[in-house]
Amino acid sequence: MSFITGVGLTSYGKHEGSSSLDLMSKAAEIAIADAGLKRSEIDGILCGYSTVSPHIMLATVFAEHFGIQPSYAHAVQVGGATGLAMTMLAHHLVDAGVAKHVLVVGGENRLTGQSRDASILALAQVGHPDYEVTLGPTIPAYYGLVASRYMHEYGVTQEDLAEFAVLMRAHALTHPGAQFHDPLTVADVMASKPVAMPLKLLDCCPVSDGGAAFVVSRERTGEAGIRVRGCAQAHTHQHVTAMPALSELGAEISIAKAKAASGLAIADVRYAAVYDSFTITLAMLLEDLGLAKRGEAAARVRAGYFGRDGEMPLNTHGGLLSYGHCGVGGAMAHLVETHLQMTGRAGPRQVRDASIALLHGDGGVLSSHVSMFLERVR
Amino acid sequence: MSGRRADWTKGGEGIAYQGCGACGKAQYFHRSFCAACGALDLVEKSASGTGTVYATSLVCRAATPETRAHVPYNIVLVDTVEGFRMMAHGDNDLAIGDEVIARYQPFAGRLVPYFAKTK
Repeated sequence: MSFITGVGLTSYGKHEGSSSLDLMSKAAEIAIADAGLKRSEIDGILCGYSTVSPHIMLATVFAEHFGIQPSYAHAVQVGGATGLAMTMLAHHLVDAGVAKHVLVVGGENRLTGQSRDASILALAQVGHPDYEVTLGPTIPAYYGLVASRYMHEYGVTQEDLAEFAVLMRAHALTHPGAQFHDPLTVADVMASKPVAMPLKLLDCCPVSDGGAAFVVSRERTGEAGIRVRGCAQAHTHQHVTAMPALSELGAEISIAKAKAASGLAIADVRYAAVYDSFTITLAMLLEDLGLAKRGEAAARVRAGYFGRDGEMPLNTHGGLLSYGHCGVGGAMAHLVETHLQMTGRAGPRQVRDASIALLHGDGGVLSSHVSMFLERVR
Repeated sequence: MSGRRADWTKGGEGIAYQGCGACGKAQYFHRSFCAACGALDLVEKSASGTGTVYATSLVCRAATPETRAHVPYNIVLVDTVEGFRMMAHGDNDLAIGDEVIARYQPFAGRLVPYFAKTK
């Protein structure tokens, strides 16, 4: 058994003068206070990575900086899936009795700490150094390739993809911490600068500064009982060149295993938090997870299905596309928002029922997947 | 294991791959073993340079001065007739399903495979 006992999130956007460690510390402090714990009670630390300040021992660097001496600590690197992979590990660690309270933390000054070119270059390195990177692709190009194929096989259009950017922006408008607060239309997305076709600028998440953290504990520390009901991973490839057919991607494998581990079905889910680095990522994952039929996710967006008041509220903070993406912390914001929704603390964004949530993270080019079910227990 | 063939990743004009003597799988990313079955008896081969376009993405925003000089350039995934998939460059108007053949073009200080329609 494990519980998410506290969450912390900074605003995303520009944090001029803040280092990655500063942003991690800020989020960690909020999460520990939210759990009602003292720093000294944290006996495990899992952290992600920082492309701005790479280090071979980031967890202990952070522990020393933050002022704690845990009995278990190391970094985890699974690209965009890192946040949920750490949560899964923390769940197993507390369940196995290795630690009582594991702090999971990610944060990076990716926007102000390095140039946008440096970020794009760093991220392109998920490609193969000899057979791909030499050709000058970018992360949007890797996903652009996948998008072209997905659109070809399932009849999805660029206007369909634009719907996801519009939805995430609409959600971000109601969150003061989001990076973007200007409303968007499908026409705006269609008219935005081409980046790696079929993906345009507004199909892509931004580069952000920010931090996110949560505490995973063996027992609940307060009234709220948000429990990890079941989770699973799947890793089918690293490079887009070696990606399996669209019908054999890891999201379908990890969700099947997570359903088996939790004894839950998609029909039980009341709130969804799904990785959205690009509009195509979100469209594909929703369909791979079974939250929409093949090629029909955009129609569900248009029908309001994934809105705050819809049947399956999705990324109500605005997701990576509009809350922002600071690296590891990016997708951790999805879990923070899920926790706020499940505990009835989402304020004006509060949905009717978030008693069971499905979270999904993706790293690389749909390479690494983590699916997780959270449930609220009395 | 025989010697390596002309290979664009090593500066040559050719697409090298490996065939597994045990399971028959064609392998593009060079290794000392077959990633499908683990066998060591790989045969070095040269691809014909023909195939079918699997996916395309026209890069309009590049991140280095060397690559920016080529914008826009089309990144393609091609399924070769030999049975492996590879990333390369291609004509900007290539569409999924097009049958293509490779030549070699300079890009950011090296030669890269560049596909155009066969017909």
